[in-house]
Amino acid sequence: MGAILKDLLKYNIEFRVGSMLIAIVLVMSALSFVSPYPPSDTFVVAPDAPPSAAHWFGTTSRGQDVFWQLTFAIRNTLAFGVLVAMLSRVLSLSIGLLAGYKGGWIDRILMSVNDTFIVIPLFPILILFYFVLRDSMSTLLLAVIMACLGWAYDARLIRSVAMSLKAREFTQVSIYSGMTTREILVREHLPYVMPIVFSTTMNNMNWSIGLEVTLAVLGFMDINSPTIGGMLYWANQHTAVVAGIWWWIAFPIALVVAAFVGLFLLAVSMNEYIDPRSRLARMGGGAR
Amino acid sequence: MGDYIRYAMKRLGQFVLVVFIGVNLAYVITHATPIDPVEQSISASTSFGNAAPEAIAEMRRSLEELYGLKGSWSEQYLAFWSRVIRGDFGPSMSAFPTPVSSLIARAMPWTIGLLVTSTIITWALGNYLGALAGYHQRSRALKAFGLAAMGLHPVPYYIVALVLLIVFGYVWPILPISGGAAMNMPQGWNWPYVASVLKHSALPALSLILIGLGSWFLGMRSLVSNIITDDHVVYAEIGGVDRRRILRSYVMRNALAPQLTGLAMSLGGIFNGAVITEKVFGYPGVGTLLVDAVYAGDYGLVLGVTTVSIVGVSLGVLIIDLIYPLIDPRVQVD
Repeated sequence: MGAILKDLLKYNIEFRVGSMLIAIVLVMSALSFVSPYPPSDTFVVAPDAPPSAAHWFGTTSRGQDVFWQLTFAIRNTLAFGVLVAMLSRVLSLSIGLLAGYKGGWIDRILMSVNDTFIVIPLFPILILFYFVLRDSMSTLLLAVIMACLGWAYDARLIRSVAMSLKAREFTQVSIYSGMTTREILVREHLPYVMPIVFSTTMNNMNWSIGLEVTLAVLGFMDINSPTIGGMLYWANQHTAVVAGIWWWIAFPIALVVAAFVGLFLLAVSMNEYIDPRSRLARMGGGAR
Repeated sequence: MGDYIRYAMKRLGQFVLVVFIGVNLAYVITHATPIDPVEQSISASTSFGNAAPEAIAEMRRSLEELYGLKGSWSEQYLAFWSRVIRGDFGPSMSAFPTPVSSLIARAMPWTIGLLVTSTIITWALGNYLGALAGYHQRSRALKAFGLAAMGLHPVPYYIVALVLLIVFGYVWPILPISGGAAMNMPQGWNWPYVASVLKHSALPALSLILIGLGSWFLGMRSLVSNIITDDHVVYAEIGGVDRRRILRSYVMRNALAPQLTGLAMSLGGIFNGAVITEKVFGYPGVGTLLVDAVYAGDYGLVLGVTTVSIVGVSLGVLIIDLIYPLIDPRVQVD
């Protein structure tokens, strides 16, 4: 693991930039634990103050310090992304590995369902959920719903790896030594798909955070717990752009974009590392 | 030809399955509600303004059928499906008594126009530039474009649309930031109206294109940089085939097939983006209709738009699947 990290840092500029951006985002969210203001209190500082030494990122029209508010917002937003990614990994791993290993009609049924979830436009479905549940729609429930909707694309990737693993000799050996399907999948095949799981985790987090921000900005979420989308929602409610309070919009957007680009770059560099052709090319040993 | 028919039938089967699962999903979601939606909806819509009693009865009937609260379980389910198949979602509550179906029919051309144009531009431009970047790997301009694509691609639609709105609405106001055409202009196929429509769609289309371009560019670039080391390309180069012809017929043609599959797979996501972009720019399509319907608590309209989008997107995927053999004649019958 340490050697892989060293390699990536040395040869891969995407990895370097990506980990730097994510480090900034992580430091920001860690700072929320030492915030002088509780996250949901309003009018604790003078409203509408531009960035200054006392308030680095200025203050909002609701009398909140943008910097400290942002630390809570990015922490909650990241936690949401991690939760959705973890839950949907369980689904995509079990379905992908099972479909790839079993093949036959199990594979066909699972992949038909899988393709359906890839095709269906999820945003209207999520809006329908919010519309029906209204105030009972909590962040946790939204995470579970999104995990149930967002596993399909990655399950297909994992399945394709599992299919090639099935043809390898060690799978035959495991079958002859009497391992159950579950044991083969968990102990033998899971380690091989872990690199893909890592890179898809980053992309899945981007997907879920993007949707969360969007839903919150439209007000289709619990907007009172501070998230990046929630901050933008309140800024829009107070027409911050028209009022010239640009710092209320600009800093949340800058930070969340840093998170998106960072996660994406990490996923790209992981993918490159998995694919030996592009890794060789980068180290200068490739055909071109 | 027999192969094609078999292939087409399989894709058609998948289309039916997608619509079936999608509509069932909508059915299950609307039945998970803890509140009595019919009474709530009716009291909300009749609290202001006095509607005719017959109209209210008509609305109650369609709401009860849509929510499936009347009769036994199987009757409820069948009534729901028959309404979905007839495309009859009852009268809208927020625009009472206009039927939901005519509201959707009015908004549909806007969304289809915006979505189809921007998707085709994005896909063609992204793939072309990506192929160039994969083929001419030393070009500085294309490398810079690749960096920009990497920075822009992971950002969600809403953020880009908001930034464009701020830039072109307040910092440098040269383009209209809201609406589908100039106000008080009679609709028709005349140049001033078409020009106004084009001008109003510039920003929504631009934000869809900016976000979409990156993924096609990056995908095509990596596909092409793998293909150019293939034997048939090396052979053509040694044989002195014109380099433009190599790129066009030897490289791009091979790389387009997976990109077309990619387009079919990401159509749902592109539609999601269009919904959000429309709302940001107040574009009069189904996205704005959907979001406003939620604000207004218009149940029939929300369910109608959701169902129509599921059917519409799967129809788009089906069309792409059916023209796929034209790009890649090796139709996979697995």
